[in-house]
Amino acid sequence: MRLFRFLKPVSSAPVARERLQILLEYERRMVSQSSLITTLKEEILAVVSRHVSVDPEKIHVSVDSGDGFSTLAVDIQIPNRAGALGR
Amino acid sequence: MGKVIVVTSGKGGVGKTTSTAALGAALARTGQNVVVVDFDVGLRNLDLVMGAERRVVFDLINVVQGVAKLPQALIRDKRLETLYLLPASQTRDKDALTEEGIAQVIGDLRSRFDWVICDSPAGIERGATLAMRFADEAIIVANPEVSSVRDSDRIIGLLDSKTVKAERGERMAKHLLIARFDPARAARGEMLSVEDVLEILSIPLLGVIPESEEVLRASNLGAPITICGQQSAPAHAYMDAARRLAGEEIEMMIPTEKKGLLTKLFGRRAA
Repeated sequence: MRLFRFLKPVSSAPVARERLQILLEYERRMVSQSSLITTLKEEILAVVSRHVSVDPEKIHVSVDSGDGFSTLAVDIQIPNRAGALGR
Repeated sequence: MGKVIVVTSGKGGVGKTTSTAALGAALARTGQNVVVVDFDVGLRNLDLVMGAERRVVFDLINVVQGVAKLPQALIRDKRLETLYLLPASQTRDKDALTEEGIAQVIGDLRSRFDWVICDSPAGIERGATLAMRFADEAIIVANPEVSSVRDSDRIIGLLDSKTVKAERGERMAKHLLIARFDPARAARGEMLSVEDVLEILSIPLLGVIPESEEVLRASNLGAPITICGQQSAPAHAYMDAARRLAGEEIEMMIPTEKKGLLTKLFGRRAA
C-alpha cells in the first residue's frame, strides 16, 4: 500500500494553493472595485445635485477593466422638467 | 488604557472561541487584567468553554441597555483571579446591540482592563462587524483549508475598511493564528502549509496551533487549554502566541512531525 501511495502523487495542497491564489486575486479586485464605484457614485451625485435635481436611482457608474487601460462610464438621467437644468 | 483585540475569522468552527479563551487565560496567567467578551448573541459559547455557563446572570445586552451595570455582568474566573468574562445574551435579539452602546461598553472595559478580547461571531453580518468595530488589533483565526483561507481574506478586507481605526485612516494591526494544523498531512502535501497560508494572506503570523485531542478535552472540562492542559502542544503554542501578542519576540515553532530539522528551517524564517 505504502509503495503504491509513493508512486501515485497524492499532494492536493498545491492545487488548493493555486485555486486560492487565482480566486482571491479576482475577489480582491471585485471588492475594491465595488467600493470604488460606491464612493464615486456618492460623490458624483453630491456634486451634480448641487446644480440639478437627480434621482439617486438614476445614476449608473461602471468600470470596464481592459488590458492597457480601464474605462469609467458614468450615466446620469436628468428629468426633462422645466428648471431642472441650467439653474 | 487597555488594548482591544478582536478574534475573528469569517468562517465558523475554525477555533475562534477556543483561541479567545486560551489566549485570554494565557495573558491573565502573567498577572495582567483580562476580559474576554462574547459577541455571539443568540449562540453564545464562550461561557461554556470557560466553564462559567452556570454563573451567567447578566450579559452584554443587559449592559448595553442599561439593565445592569458592567461590574454586575462581569464573571470572574474561578482559577485565575485576573481573568473575567462578559457573556453574550442567549435569548435576546442581536439587533439590541447598538453601535453607540458597544462603543460605551468597550470604552468602559478599556479603562478597567489591560486586555479586552472580543470573540466575534462567524459571518460578516452585524454581530461580526460590531465585534471588530472598535478594535485596536485583530487576530484572524484560519485553518489550512480553502474555505477558511478565502473567508479570512474577506475579513481582512473588512478590517481595513469597516473599523473605526480604518475610517480614521490608521492601519489596523493584524495577526494570523493558524489553528487545527496537522503537520503530518502538511508534510505529505495533503494540507496547505503554513507558508502557503502566509503567502496567500500576507499578514504576520502570531502562532500555529497543532490539531490535538487536548483541545476537545479542555472544552469538555470547561477550561481554557492554557489552564487545564498546560503541558500539551496546543497550550504551548497558545502561550507563545500570547507572549508575541504582548510584544515579546519569541522564535516561531511550527509544529512538525519529526521535531528538529523542519522546525529549524521554518522557525528562522517565520520569527
